[in-house]
Amino acid sequence: MDGFGVTAAFWGLSALAVGSALGIMLARSLLHAVLWLILAFAGLAGLFVTLSADFVAVAQVLVYAGAVGVLVVFAIMLTPNSQTGNSETRMVGPGLFVASVVSGIMVYIATQTDWSTAARGDFPATALEIGTALTNRYLLPFEVASVLLIAAMVGAIVLVRAARDEPERRELAGEGEGEVNTAEAAGREVVAAGSHGGH
Amino acid sequence: MSVSLEHYLVVSAVLFGIGLWIALAKRNAIIILMGIELMLNAVNLTLVAFNRFVTLADGRPALAGHVFVIFVITVAAAEAAVALALAVSVYRTRSTVDIEQIDLLKR
Amino acid sequence: MFDSINEFQVWLIYLLPLASCLLIAAQYVIPAPIRPNPRSLSTLSILLMAGSFLLALQTLGVVMNAAEPGQMVGFGEHRWLSIAAGDIHLDVPIGIRLDGLTAVMLVVVTAVALLVQFYSQGYMAGDPGYPRYYAFLSLFTTSMLGLVLADNMLMLFMHWELVGLCSYLLIGFWFANPARPGYTSPAAAAKKAFIVTRAGDVGFLIAILLIWTRTHTFNILEIQEIAEAHRIPDHIITLFALGVFAGAAGKSAQFPLHTWLPDAMEGPTPVSALIHAATMVAAGVYLVARLFPVYEASEQAMDVVAIIGAITALVAATMGLVMRDLKRVLAYSTISQLGYMMLALGVGGLVAGIFHLMNHAFFKAMLFLGSGSVNHGTNTFDMHKMGGLRRYMPITFATFVIGSLSLAGIPPLSGFWSKDEILVDAWYENKLLFAAALTVAFMTAFYMFRAVFLTFFGEYRGGEPGGGHGGASAHGDESHDAHAQPDGGAHAPAHHAMPHESPLVMWLPLAILAVPSILSGLVNAPFFHHPFGDFILQSVPETLRHEPHPFNWGIAISSSVLAVLGIAFAALLYAGGRVRVPLSLLARPFYVLFSHKYFLDELYERAIVGGILYQGVWRLAAWFDATVVDGAVNGVARFTRGASAIMRRAQTGSEQSYGLMLTGGAALMVLFLFITALR
Repeated sequence: MDGFGVTAAFWGLSALAVGSALGIMLARSLLHAVLWLILAFAGLAGLFVTLSADFVAVAQVLVYAGAVGVLVVFAIMLTPNSQTGNSETRMVGPGLFVASVVSGIMVYIATQTDWSTAARGDFPATALEIGTALTNRYLLPFEVASVLLIAAMVGAIVLVRAARDEPERRELAGEGEGEVNTAEAAGREVVAAGSHGGH
Repeated sequence: MSVSLEHYLVVSAVLFGIGLWIALAKRNAIIILMGIELMLNAVNLTLVAFNRFVTLADGRPALAGHVFVIFVITVAAAEAAVALALAVSVYRTRSTVDIEQIDLLKR
Repeated sequence: MFDSINEFQVWLIYLLPLASCLLIAAQYVIPAPIRPNPRSLSTLSILLMAGSFLLALQTLGVVMNAAEPGQMVGFGEHRWLSIAAGDIHLDVPIGIRLDGLTAVMLVVVTAVALLVQFYSQGYMAGDPGYPRYYAFLSLFTTSMLGLVLADNMLMLFMHWELVGLCSYLLIGFWFANPARPGYTSPAAAAKKAFIVTRAGDVGFLIAILLIWTRTHTFNILEIQEIAEAHRIPDHIITLFALGVFAGAAGKSAQFPLHTWLPDAMEGPTPVSALIHAATMVAAGVYLVARLFPVYEASEQAMDVVAIIGAITALVAATMGLVMRDLKRVLAYSTISQLGYMMLALGVGGLVAGIFHLMNHAFFKAMLFLGSGSVNHGTNTFDMHKMGGLRRYMPITFATFVIGSLSLAGIPPLSGFWSKDEILVDAWYENKLLFAAALTVAFMTAFYMFRAVFLTFFGEYRGGEPGGGHGGASAHGDESHDAHAQPDGGAHAPAHHAMPHESPLVMWLPLAILAVPSILSGLVNAPFFHHPFGDFILQSVPETLRHEPHPFNWGIAISSSVLAVLGIAFAALLYAGGRVRVPLSLLARPFYVLFSHKYFLDELYERAIVGGILYQGVWRLAAWFDATVVDGAVNGVARFTRGASAIMRRAQTGSEQSYGLMLTGGAALMVLFLFITALR
């Protein structure tokens, strides 16, 4: 693609995306990291626009930056821990090395391969095309994706229900923890019995 | 200078690498999840870039890449939801999401 | 029926006792309540043994009737095992060689075995191991007969070892008994016997292997011919002869491998009579006699045999002078007489040696059985607790005296004739050996009659309390409370006060054996022109058949006089059945040396085994095993554990490290493919 505008947009947005990604890595506070993530999503949405993928760009902003980002913020708020922050493990060095190797390989492939790109003409309106594809050719994956979303929703709900909300779950939770807590429970019973017998 | 496929691919590779680094090197489970999301996004970028620059074979719609990306976004969102629910659930029992401290299946 | 005999009949002599052993052993497979009565088992064994004896007599008759009496009647070889490697061919044969020597040995062995089995019905009555005893006795008899019948070295050696095994089993028959104070336990005695004879057997085996590598045959006849014709180098012949003699020295209790025989007296007395008087210990003498041409072919070997024989005779006689235990006296007497036999063979007197073997078998067996009878009445073997038994046990007394006279060499009893022949042969060969033999004759007479006086004369000194009679429980000195069995019903329960004569099953063999003890000397008497001698000489090639030396009145008279002097000296010191002048005072230092058996046991057990072998060789071996071998094994384990401890660190439990390893591995693979594709 030629043109000063496209080039400038590309480089700026790329810088934004990569920089935000680095920000996630380097931020000290959890919330800062999340914000950098959202900014990275935004940058990527811009890159999609430069690639004439309007619908995808909007979907990216809606779903990722909007929903997923907020979800992550909620998760962080629900799991407060003061000590950890955004600290790294000992794997920082090795991780960097491996990640560099992996991305290096990919860069190498990207630049060395002859992609036989043909210049393309104008783009159709993407929304209409995508909609047509989803309901004609890709109908089955579309429906399966819906089922997947429902499963995910139900699963997420089940996972986070607290044991105290339901008697069955309480029993399950009690049995599950039985091995470890039997001694305590037994002790409690003995004490209770003793106190009963004492009277 | 014109922007071509390689540029986008390189950006995508870099983003993927950073996402991998985050996933491997961070302590907090939620941050790790964010790294994974970043990796998925990098892949999305690759798909869209290919779709833009490469002519598809006959019989396939011209926007197959975009459709793929739609699905990736969907699945990624679902996965993020479930993963975060898991993290919260683990937090309830272990009082921590520091993965260095969650390294045993046993209590 | 004395014209000929077929091979199967001769094999039957060997197989009948074997069948007896197997049948008795089979009864242990049957559950206890329905087992046959032990008495019936012993009866079966005795009947089979009697059959074997009769066949042996028939065999003797056939051989005597041969064209040349005593001529070899060999029976074909059977190939048992055949191995070929290149042009070396190894055959393991089984065959019988039947000649005069064999026939005589067959009769002696079966006769004594039969009488001992008969006697044991009384002696071992009530013992819980009664069937086991008879099984072992039968097995022993089979082995001895196989040894005698063998026509090749391998078969002989196999039975040689079997005989040793049976000796071990029978000496240690009461293996559960602990050691009495001052003696060894039956189990230890059995081990000692086996191990000491083993030391000699090593030499024997080496000799057999040596001769095979040189002659590629095991057949005795062939070996004899080769040796006589000097077809192999002289030093090989000598080595072979010496190796064989090493084995013979072990089995026949020659110095210095004699230490096991006195301790073997821990076994039941009939066993001592059979094995350690008449048969097994004679196996060594038989072996040398069998290979006599080989010894004749080697001067040095003959000298070694004669000298060792003389030393044995002297040393053992000195030790027999001071023993307190009646069986021990008889044991040392046996060793001494075996030395005599070896001495005879060593000076070239094949006939004299075998003649003495035969006579000795009969009267020594009788003496041992007599001592068993004494034990039956007094519950002890300690002569200091006996005395005056001639009044209470007349038959035992009479037979014992007859045996002692024969052993002392008083004419015209059998012992005189064979001893005289040995003395004559020694006189013509080596005056020094002759002098030694004469000294031994004196001491023999002395110690035997010392035993006679202490045991049978004077006042009864009470014996050993505890059950009086009734089979095994009576053997206070021999067995222990472990065998507290009720009386076999032979007589009324114990009167420990006064002993009395043994039952018929026990004195009848004594009486029967008295006959050959008196008369068997006559078969080789000079005035009958030595029929026995000619008979035996047929077993050796023509060139070695010497005419016997003429009867030498001087030697005969001097030996008889010495014997009488010995008896008189004993009477002097022990008349009235008391120790009037204790030997311990007469010659104190000698007494100490003799009664401690020349400290040989201490030498063997403490110095050699305990010191050199134990501290030196075995400690080194133990160190090697513990450090090197175990170290290697443990080292492997330790290495594995260490390695796994290192590798275990990869299992961190942290998903991030797993993810790292995953992606790292994948990246490496891609890199690798890259690089190889680039080339």
